[in-house]
Amino acid sequence: MTSAENLQAFKRDGRIVVVGASLAGLRAAEALRTEGFTGSLTMIGDESGEPYDRPPLSKQVLTGWVPADGTTLPRRRDVDAEWLLGVPAGGLDLATNRVRLTDGREIPFDRVLISTGVRARPWFVESEAALEGVFVVRTREHAEGLQRALSAGPSRVLVIGAGFTGSEIASICRERDIPVTVAELAPAPLVGALGAMIGEVASDLQRAHGVDLRCGVKVTRLEGDAQGRFRRAHFDDGSTIDADVAVVALGGIRNTDWLTGSGLAAGPWGIACDTGCRALTLDGLVTDDVFAAGDVARCPNPVYEYRLISLEHWANAVEQAEIAAHNMVSGQADRWPHLSLPVFWSIQFGVNIKSVGVPTFADEVVVAQGSVADRRFVAAYGYQGRVTAAVSFNNAKWLDHYRQLIETAAPFPPPCPTPDQPADMKPVPVDFPGPQLLAQGATVVVTGHDPGERRVTAAQQHHR
Amino acid sequence: MRVVVDLSRCQGYAQCAFLAPDAFRMHGEEALMYDPTPDDARREQVLRAAAACPVQAILVDRLEGRDAPAKASAS
Amino acid sequence: MTTTRTPDTLRRILDYSSRADPYPLYAELRRTPVARQEDGSYVVSTYRALMDLLHDPHLSSDVRNLSRPMEAAESRTTPPFINMDPPEHDRLRRMAMRHFGPPHTPGLVAGMEGDLTATVSGLIDGFAGREEIDIVDDFAYPFPVTVICHLLGVPREDEPRFRVWVNDIVDSIDYDPRTDPKEKLDKGVQARVDLHRYLGGLLEQRHGRPGGEDLLSRLANDDGPDGRMTDEEIVATANLLLIAGHETTVNLITNGMLTLLRHPQVLRRLRDEPDLVVPLVEELLRYEPPVHIIPWRAAYSDITVDGTVIPKGSQIMLMLASGSRDPDRFHDPDRFDPDRRDNQHLGFGSGIHLCFGGPLARLEAQIALTGLVRRLDHPRLAADPPPYRRSPVLRGPIHLNVQQGQGAQ
Repeated sequence: MTSAENLQAFKRDGRIVVVGASLAGLRAAEALRTEGFTGSLTMIGDESGEPYDRPPLSKQVLTGWVPADGTTLPRRRDVDAEWLLGVPAGGLDLATNRVRLTDGREIPFDRVLISTGVRARPWFVESEAALEGVFVVRTREHAEGLQRALSAGPSRVLVIGAGFTGSEIASICRERDIPVTVAELAPAPLVGALGAMIGEVASDLQRAHGVDLRCGVKVTRLEGDAQGRFRRAHFDDGSTIDADVAVVALGGIRNTDWLTGSGLAAGPWGIACDTGCRALTLDGLVTDDVFAAGDVARCPNPVYEYRLISLEHWANAVEQAEIAAHNMVSGQADRWPHLSLPVFWSIQFGVNIKSVGVPTFADEVVVAQGSVADRRFVAAYGYQGRVTAAVSFNNAKWLDHYRQLIETAAPFPPPCPTPDQPADMKPVPVDFPGPQLLAQGATVVVTGHDPGERRVTAAQQHHR
Repeated sequence: MRVVVDLSRCQGYAQCAFLAPDAFRMHGEEALMYDPTPDDARREQVLRAAAACPVQAILVDRLEGRDAPAKASAS
Repeated sequence: MTTTRTPDTLRRILDYSSRADPYPLYAELRRTPVARQEDGSYVVSTYRALMDLLHDPHLSSDVRNLSRPMEAAESRTTPPFINMDPPEHDRLRRMAMRHFGPPHTPGLVAGMEGDLTATVSGLIDGFAGREEIDIVDDFAYPFPVTVICHLLGVPREDEPRFRVWVNDIVDSIDYDPRTDPKEKLDKGVQARVDLHRYLGGLLEQRHGRPGGEDLLSRLANDDGPDGRMTDEEIVATANLLLIAGHETTVNLITNGMLTLLRHPQVLRRLRDEPDLVVPLVEELLRYEPPVHIIPWRAAYSDITVDGTVIPKGSQIMLMLASGSRDPDRFHDPDRFDPDRRDNQHLGFGSGIHLCFGGPLARLEAQIALTGLVRRLDHPRLAADPPPYRRSPVLRGPIHLNVQQGQGAQ
């Protein structure tokens, strides 16, 4: 048989297994059917119940408006799959092409998609994490528990970690008029993702809404009472705070442990892939039957010097799922690269924060439009004289323009004035607390609008 | 009915919050919060809201409960 | 970049003789997405280029940013926020929105559904026994006028007074000094002054009387987070909403009825599937939009769009209706398809100036078309194409005579 005939036979009656039945897994399954895959499709998921949406869990669910079990994802089409839910995958055997479940069952496949996502990073002391009143927020059970605790009218909530999730939860607490303390090791909220300038804006925002924000401190111990209820937190500066609820918002851990020994390039950083979502082996060779999508995938992005980037972004999960699904049922010549720029949003303290590009891939930042004092602005990020990212506060309608600047490697700072440009527009160091991304050289241009025509070409660099 | 909004596409035009104010609410000037499971009685309003979205970010279920996956048997 | 043909294409589009079907000329125009005209202005006609520009912060709506000052009908009155840039535009639009929509007044438009349905019913009741109806004069004009008067707090019985002014203003929107008599502009300028004076008089009566439900009363007495609008700002806003609130909706409804009568199978479907009206109105906004052209915008600084650099100070004309028929964005764009997916049309523009009253216009059109289709008895066009209004900007029939009754079969 020719490879074209092989592909047709596979599309007709091959076997595809999707491990991870959340947003990316569901969207991939839908896309596989839309692409004409008529073979057997098996969906494996560790949580029971249908795929559901997670962003509302730290927002409208915690306000009490939407019940935690009310975020089941709508379907774009029938996927006609066998659903194996409530049992996690325990291993992947690439010699025999089987997924092993933790209950011992083995599911054979011709091609597999890994979309196992991330789980919440738990509090580092197990006995303290087990105290009543200590929460993480990743699943709907978590959100339901925390919502109930917030409804009980706690005297104070402690949020540990002022990233996006922690900040959103603090915002909901203030909306519900619950006293809240936010503890963050970095000098400001959101600083790890967006840098010092935005961090300062976020600090002001939190304090203006009555958050007791404590930065540069570490929570060392969660103390419980005799009944095993959380009562007090201890900080590394010797101070303490009394609270009834502690929310541990320290980010996620990628669910790759089950792939240990599989021979894939999988680890705490995720699963390394090519831009077509094909997983790499430990040796860095690309596989042909193993794909990854969503939070767990770590793909190179040509705009950022082909760096491998993993993103816990909603749109990233959706786009990679569709790219992976397309490539799983397409011949080499018809495959698509995933070349979308990352887009992210967060809703907190009445502000819509959005970003495009990779803000951590920058050395300078400038307020390009609007007013920081009014919390309506766009900040552009630059790296060695080209635009690499932008962040908007209640100014999302302009962000598409900045996406174009990034895709065309436009010069930074943006040289042309706009009507609402701040008078003192001046780039400042972006100042991330973590290790700086160091690199130099190549810049590329992305062209094309539809997934099928997205391409990269090399471009000359702009110098200041 | 089930709804999901791709908030990475949403630009805060608020057309949905005009047309189905019980299901879509603006949180401040630009941020959208919505009910992912609006009451069926609001169906007409929700469909209006989805159609009016300038960036077509609102997905309403096309299946309405078919193909509900069974829970894995605990064997 | 430039073809010699484009200026001629634009002239033909603006010429009244092409009013009934400008779409083939738009296709001609799209061959040069960003076309420089002889006078140094630019015409933009493809979907991508239009979208890029509408989201480009260097595109200004402030006439003062044109390097060659344009004679505008607004020269003697405060401009409305549609002709302003951020942050002033944002502030005024936000202040007006406080009394019209979310987040401050989220339920207003949805709550009008009952009243709109009753108004439509009342107008259609008047058709009983009549063999010929003018959809414009008997329905599509009086309906939105009633709605916007009520909303603003303008007495409905004053309509004959302001109708004259509104007509002169609309006529002057596409004033072209090269081809039009100066009188056309002068009439527009005077009409704006008169309409401002009239609305100012209504505003006078609202001061110090909080509690009024209409927009004029609320704007006159509200102290929101952005403070209070000045009287001049309120009048400019009311002026904008009064004109935009009906001059566009009348075209949307009339174009809608015309399109349905040209697609009898869709009309029949709409009778049987009431839900169809929702995507159908979106498709109308793409296929036969009420606003075809944004006559001018200004390049605040050099703008690069679709590979062309538009120099600072240039005047830019945005051909929205052409963008919505662009085959590079819409499959089979000249087909009226109410089932079209992913219909991100330019009917209401895009970006920060997206039509302020869009949600109300949608609801009005949905209710109007549903009512007409349900209750007209075997309707058919008396003439196709119908006679059109002068304006290439706000494009629609000036009359749409429809015959009804069993004889129509």
